[in-house]
Amino acid sequence: MHRARIRWHIAVFLAPAVLIYSAVMIFPLFNTLRLALYSKVDQERVFVGLQNFQTLFFDPIWSEQFWNALGNNFWFFIVHMLVQNPIGIALAAILSHPRLRFAALYRSAIFIPTIMSFVIVGFAWKLILSPIWGIAPSMLDAVGLKSLFAPWLGKEEYALTTLALISVWQFVGIPMMLIYAALLSIPEEILEAGEVDGITGASAFWKIKLPLILPSIGIISILTFVGNFNAFDLIYAAQGALAGPDFSTDILGTFMYRTFFGFQLQLGDPHMGSAIAGAMFAIILIGVCIYLFGIQTRMRRYQL
Amino acid sequence: MNKARTNPFNTLAMHGALIFYTLIALFPVFVILINSFKTRKAIFREPLALPDADSFSMVGYQTVMKQGDFFLYFQNSMIVTVGSLFLVLLFGAMAAYALSEYRFRGNMIMGLYLALGIMIPIRIGTVAILEMMVATGLVNTLWALILVYTAQGLPLAVFILSEFMRQVSDDLKNAGRIDGLSEYTIFFRLVLPLVRPAMATVAVFNMIPIWNDLWFPLILAPAEEVKTLTLGSQVFIGQFVTDWNAVLSALSMAILPVLILYVIFSRQLIRGITSGAVK
Repeated sequence: MHRARIRWHIAVFLAPAVLIYSAVMIFPLFNTLRLALYSKVDQERVFVGLQNFQTLFFDPIWSEQFWNALGNNFWFFIVHMLVQNPIGIALAAILSHPRLRFAALYRSAIFIPTIMSFVIVGFAWKLILSPIWGIAPSMLDAVGLKSLFAPWLGKEEYALTTLALISVWQFVGIPMMLIYAALLSIPEEILEAGEVDGITGASAFWKIKLPLILPSIGIISILTFVGNFNAFDLIYAAQGALAGPDFSTDILGTFMYRTFFGFQLQLGDPHMGSAIAGAMFAIILIGVCIYLFGIQTRMRRYQL
Repeated sequence: MNKARTNPFNTLAMHGALIFYTLIALFPVFVILINSFKTRKAIFREPLALPDADSFSMVGYQTVMKQGDFFLYFQNSMIVTVGSLFLVLLFGAMAAYALSEYRFRGNMIMGLYLALGIMIPIRIGTVAILEMMVATGLVNTLWALILVYTAQGLPLAVFILSEFMRQVSDDLKNAGRIDGLSEYTIFFRLVLPLVRPAMATVAVFNMIPIWNDLWFPLILAPAEEVKTLTLGSQVFIGQFVTDWNAVLSALSMAILPVLILYVIFSRQLIRGITSGAVK
C-alpha cells in the first residue's frame, strides 16, 4: 500500500545526525588519511604517495622519534593493563559483596579522580611529587622509606611509568564500575548453587564470577587500548609538548601534536602530522579488529 | 543468609582495603584544596595541615581573580557543554528513533555506519578538521567545539538510545497513529518522554569528556575570548608556575565546578553505568 510513497519522516529523523557525523567525523578522518599522501613543496600541495610514511618509518630523524613514541605508548598501555584493570577488578569484587555497608560511598569517592580533567590531575601530581614542596619525600620519610624518593617526573627512566601510574590512578574508576555492573548481574542462584557444592569466598570469585565477567574484561581492555593510543592531555599538561625529560614520555598523541602544530624550533607540518594520524588509525584499527574477531567471537558467553 | 559470606574478619579486611584506596583517590584533591587557602609560608612549612587562623589566606584566589578571566572561561565551557549535549541528545534520539522504529532499506548499514565512531577516536581526523574549520571561518568560535563534540557524542548516543527505544511499546505508538498523530508528534510527545532516563545517561556520559577536553580547545579555539575552563586553567597555571598560591587556587577553582556537577549527577552516572548501558 505504502510502497510507492517515500517516507520523508525517516529522512528527516536521520538527516541531522548523519550530516554532522559525516561532515565532522567521517569525512575529516578520510581526508586526513588522504592528506598524509601529500606534501608541501614551494607553497604548493603535491601528491607524493607513501613517501611521508617512508620518511616516518625509515628516515633516521623521524623514525627514531616515531619508534620511541610507539614504544612508550605500548609501555603506557601495558602499565594500564597490569595495574589499572586488576585493581579495578579487585575493588569491584569487594564492592559487590552482598551487605557491604557504605558501598555507594566508597564507589562515589573512588570515582572522583575519573571526573577531573587531565590538567588538574597532571598539575596536582606534579606538585605533590615535586621535591621543592616535599609532600612525597616527607610522607615516605614517615614510613622510613625516604631513600626511595627521587624526582620521578624529572628522571628519564621513571617519568613515563610515573605518568602511566598517575593515569591509572585517575581511571581506575572505569573498570571498577563496569566490572561491578557485570558482577551484580550474576544471578544469585548460580552463586548459591556453588555454595551448595562448597565453593565460597575467594574460590567462588575465581571459579564462578571471573569466568562470567570475562566479556566485560575484554571490553575494558579494548577501551583501555583505544584510550591509551590516542592519549595526549595528561602528558601535555604535566610535561609539555616536548614530553620531557628528553622525549622519554613522548607518546603518539604528543608526537602528532608537535609535528602537526609545530613547537618552538620545529615548524608545523600538517602532512607529516596526517601520516602520524594514519599510523595511529592503523594501530587502533588493528587493535579493534583483534578484539572483535580474535577475542570477542571466541569468548564463551554464558546465558544468564 | 549464610555465615560463609559474612565473616567479621573478612568484613574488616574489605573495609580496610576500600578505605585505603579511597584515601589514595582523594588525597591529592584534599591536599590541593586545603593548601589553596594558606599563606605561601604555610604551604611549604606544613603542607598537610589544615589552614588555621594564622595560615589562612586567600591571596591565591585574589591573584586568580585579577589575572585570569575565569568567569569567561567558565561561561565558554558551559555554553560548549550544554550546546553539544543538547544537539547530541536531540539528533541522537531522532536518528535512534528512525533506526529502531522503521524498517527501510539500508537500516542495518546506517546503524553500522553510525556505530563506527564508537571505537574510532575523532582526534585522528584533527588535521582535516582544523583545515575545514579554517576554511569555513569557524576556527576560534565556540561553534567549532560544539560541532566536534556533537559528532563525537552521536555514535554512542544513537547506540544506547536505540536499544532503549526498541523497548517502547508498539501499542502506544500505534494508538497514536490511529488517533491521527503525525510521526513527528509520536516521537516528540510519546516516545521522548519515555526514554528520558536513557537520555540522562547519555548526557552524563558525554558531559565529563566534553568539559575536560584539552585537545580540541587547544587546536580549534585557543583565542582568549573562546577559551574553555580546562584550557584556560592550563594556560594560567603554565604562566604562574612559580606562584604556588595562584596555581593551587586555580586548580581548586577548576576542581570545584566538576565536583559540584558530580555530586548532583553521580547517582545518574553510576546508575547509567551499572544498568549496563555500555554492554
